[in-house]
Amino acid sequence: MSHLNARFRLDYPGFRFDVDCAFPLEGTVAVFGVSGSGKTTLLRCIAGLSPVASGFLAFGREIWQDDAHRTFVSIEQRRVGIVFQEARLFPHLNVEHNLTYGMKRTPPSQRRMTFDQVSELLGLTAFLQRRPHQLSGGEQRRVAIGRALLTSPQLLLMDEPLVSLDQERKKDIFPFIRRLNQELGIPVLYVTHDLNEIVQLARHVVLMKRGNVVATGPIQEVFARQDLSMLVESNILGAVIETRIAGHEPQFGLTRVDFLGRSLFIPQESLPIGATLRIQIPACDVSLTMDPPTASGSMLNVLEATIVDIGPSSRNGYAVAVKLDAGCPLLAMITRKSLQRLKLTIGQTVHASFKAVALGV
Amino acid sequence: MDWASLWLTMQLAGVTVAVLLVVGTPLAWWLSCTKSRARTLVEAVVALPIVLPPTVLGFYLLVALGPHGPIGGPWKALTGSALSFTFTGLVIASTFYSLPFVVQPLQGAFEAVGTKPMEVARSLRASKLDAFFTVVSPMALRGYVSALVLGFAHTLGEFGVVLMVGGNIPGVTRVLSITIYDHVESLEYTQAHVLSATLLIVSFLMLTIVYTVNRRLPVNVS
Repeated sequence: MSHLNARFRLDYPGFRFDVDCAFPLEGTVAVFGVSGSGKTTLLRCIAGLSPVASGFLAFGREIWQDDAHRTFVSIEQRRVGIVFQEARLFPHLNVEHNLTYGMKRTPPSQRRMTFDQVSELLGLTAFLQRRPHQLSGGEQRRVAIGRALLTSPQLLLMDEPLVSLDQERKKDIFPFIRRLNQELGIPVLYVTHDLNEIVQLARHVVLMKRGNVVATGPIQEVFARQDLSMLVESNILGAVIETRIAGHEPQFGLTRVDFLGRSLFIPQESLPIGATLRIQIPACDVSLTMDPPTASGSMLNVLEATIVDIGPSSRNGYAVAVKLDAGCPLLAMITRKSLQRLKLTIGQTVHASFKAVALGV
Repeated sequence: MDWASLWLTMQLAGVTVAVLLVVGTPLAWWLSCTKSRARTLVEAVVALPIVLPPTVLGFYLLVALGPHGPIGGPWKALTGSALSFTFTGLVIASTFYSLPFVVQPLQGAFEAVGTKPMEVARSLRASKLDAFFTVVSPMALRGYVSALVLGFAHTLGEFGVVLMVGGNIPGVTRVLSITIYDHVESLEYTQAHVLSATLLIVSFLMLTIVYTVNRRLPVNVS
């Protein structure tokens, strides 16, 4: 599998952007961080829109930037599609001509998607003749995604493309972005500060903070990494698990999902039985008890788990990250006081109870 | 005779505006996006004809375009004729004279468009030139309309520069404003009235068209 290797450095007044990262060119790779962490800068460097950044960039075997050899491949030759934060549609062209702008400039031999395919999948056929200012924000985003797709890019860069969409429309677009990977093999670099979007879309995450990449890896690993508790807000950490819909309990508004032979309850989902669903168990929502739960407890989701590792402290100092093995990695943030009171040690068996949420679906 | 000078004036303004669009567009684009320190200097030079008395500008141009001047000299060596007191000389002089009236509206329009549409177009595989003509220019259409009309109207009314560089040769360099001046000198007020009114109405109509078109153009950049 080919990788993207990026090393960039760029000095702003009072802010240094300095990254060194590599990630596989497969599926959706999420670039995650709070605003101002340098996510968009990384995306612009990869696109070739920040020629002032010094560094090195390799897309598989293609060298896109190498300052040591004065190599800089211009943006139109990198064959990347970009979906910008604002839709940035051309105001003087109608939707159809916005969509075909890049397609016309893509040699037919490189085209892998047809106009009809894209406009139907994104639901654009109804307003092809309209002007951008006659569209809603969500419709503009979809046109922008379609416009970038129609250049059949070898890498799609998306800078918070769903930020103004409602949940319903996001749900409609998620499967389409997944299909970009699965059916067309277009890798997507997806900048977002929305955890839901990552859990739903990405396999791999690049975690950024203050201009640096603090972690990269598969999302199951990165979000369960307890050592990150010192670096990032603890509410983004937590195990991500792949589950299957096992049944619905509409009278309680719950859905039962199975994973590794166990059952969990989450707020009701509309997905059919048998469908797969990724859920996150946020570390700060996991509580630990020594005794097995009794019928008198209110927690529905309880897993027996072994303590694998303890610490370090969270950023605010009063909590510690406890790494557990419940058949899958699990992460819990508990107070240091509780840690001492329960006398938790590595290797000990505890019971983890939590509220699980299916994010963003 | 009067209609010949009207026709000549129209020709001069038309050719000058055409030259100015070719020269002024890249200059305005460069000014709108450069971070070079030379920018303020170039902007000042472009704006000079607004503040300089036309006779001063005309005097320098006469010297430059004359048979021994830095422009007129090589031109004479190349073509065998001087530039001063010719139609070509007038076009060159008018180009300098009306430069700010074309460059400034264009620069403003390009600045309003900004760099983002260019980035989008380039990510959609357009070269810089392609992106400029298919995205930036249509979005800056109002700027072009203003530049075109202001440049044309300003050239129509020029007097001092023409008199210095072109003189008063019927059918070659005698433009409308000079004809009017001649009529007034000879106390031919009727002819002066006719020509002045023509110029007034044409100028008024053109400016009205600019403001109307600019209000109705589909592209609203902001």
